[in-house]
Amino acid sequence: MAGKTRAIERTPLSLSEKTYLPQIVNGLKTTFSNILKPNVTLQYPEERPVISESYRGVPTLVRDPNGREKCVSCQLCEFVCPPKAIRITPGEISDSEEDRVHVEKGPKEFEINMLRCIYCGFCQEVCPEEAIWLQEDYSVSGYSREEFLNNKDRLYELGGTMPDNHYKWDKKKEAELNGHEGHH
Amino acid sequence: MILEVLLHVLAAVLMITVVMTMAGYSVLAERKVSSWIQGRVGPNRTALPILSSIPIVGPLIVGLGLFQPLADGLKFLFKEEVMPGHVNKFYYVLAPIITLIPAMTTMVVLPFGQMIDPESGQRIPLILANIDIGILFIFAVGSLGVYGVVIGGWASNNKYSFLGSVRSSAQMISYELAMGISVIPVLLLANPPGMEGGLSLVNVITSQDSLWNFVLMPISALLFLICLFAETNRTPFDMAESETDLVGGFHTEYGSFKFGLFFVSEYTHIIVGSGVFVALFFGGSNFLPWLPNPWPSGIIGGVFSVLWFIAKVVCMIFLFIWVRWTLPRFRYDQVMNLGWKILLPISIANLVFYIIAFAVYEKLIN
Repeated sequence: MAGKTRAIERTPLSLSEKTYLPQIVNGLKTTFSNILKPNVTLQYPEERPVISESYRGVPTLVRDPNGREKCVSCQLCEFVCPPKAIRITPGEISDSEEDRVHVEKGPKEFEINMLRCIYCGFCQEVCPEEAIWLQEDYSVSGYSREEFLNNKDRLYELGGTMPDNHYKWDKKKEAELNGHEGHH
Repeated sequence: MILEVLLHVLAAVLMITVVMTMAGYSVLAERKVSSWIQGRVGPNRTALPILSSIPIVGPLIVGLGLFQPLADGLKFLFKEEVMPGHVNKFYYVLAPIITLIPAMTTMVVLPFGQMIDPESGQRIPLILANIDIGILFIFAVGSLGVYGVVIGGWASNNKYSFLGSVRSSAQMISYELAMGISVIPVLLLANPPGMEGGLSLVNVITSQDSLWNFVLMPISALLFLICLFAETNRTPFDMAESETDLVGGFHTEYGSFKFGLFFVSEYTHIIVGSGVFVALFFGGSNFLPWLPNPWPSGIIGGVFSVLWFIAKVVCMIFLFIWVRWTLPRFRYDQVMNLGWKILLPISIANLVFYIIAFAVYEKLIN
């Protein structure tokens, strides 16, 4: 048939249709079969929904499996953040990490204001070190404005450790041991 | 004498308690059945401290929400009693009372069981007042309930309330006609010639000892059922409170306990209406069609028959709820058309048919 439209001929209602009764019985059957079906309700606070891996929840900072802070305080996320929710204070890496001190930088303070954050995920997208991730945490609540200001400690606590595909720092050290000069 | 009066009062109080409890739990059933039909769970959180910590039974009761009516009732009781400034105060307070009283009064003539006297072997109907006018009393007092709706809507001084009450009064008046005519065949059957008759529902139940009226006159039963839905203002005829076009209908301006009275009387109407329907067409407290009653004589048999009657009523309440969550609401003009142009002629034709049929049957027998 040409085209997508199809004319349906409307026949006048038959006597049984005019009484509504067969239709009502059919409707009752439908609703009764629904009673027998399992419920779809999620008992929320006790049961939690399954969250997909690509879900954009609360932004967090992560460490690599060696416990190294991944963020190098480049401030790209701060720059890209549309609602200006991120504020980074760059700083030196502490002396305890002998390899990295004076080689890379790290954030002295890293704040994300969850009252401003719009969960757009630009920070995760732009991060060259894969240090900031929007993870599955979606329920943010608090009693004061200060509670919504996630500082560095809180961000690392939320983020935890993420599996790393690159081990950038291990590769650097390996290259140095093999006799190549590092990019100091 | 005094003992007899006291017993009657006790029976009346007991019946009110049972009906009110059933009304409360019908509200819960409404919420539960609706949620099951819609794939939800319904109220399942309300818990009482000690009762809900009983193993197995406790969580089951909480899951079924059996404490919910208690919480709902307490909420209505303790809410602030608000009196809007623009209402006619006297009638505004009067309306919920007027609605509840007829709903509770009609159950006086409803036979809810039967008992066989162990000494004389006679059957005693269990009924609060076995008066001769029976079904007429139910129609007369039951239709007074419309005054509560009309007065409530008018005293609220609110156009939505007023429209709702006008609609519902028009609807109740039009469906009462078809309802009254549809039960006349039942009364004809219950009062055969040559027997001392009466309009009491006890006669109707006695006449259904072997065959239920539902089998013999399905059209009458169907007409009565449809009119019952309209009389109790239930979907698909809930013109009085069609939320979508009238906010809340006649009880828009009501809150707290006064609204609770309207609410309870709606469900009392349903329960008593279901009881009348069961008595008229489904054999009242008789066991099953074509089977003799297995109830033993004495009080135990009486209790069994009452429980059986209540079981039938509960099935009817389920039907009410089931229909409510299945059918959409009729338009107002459709309701009027259905009442006057379809149900009334059919009920008159039905009556004429049964009059002729009974007359022919009598002639054939003699």
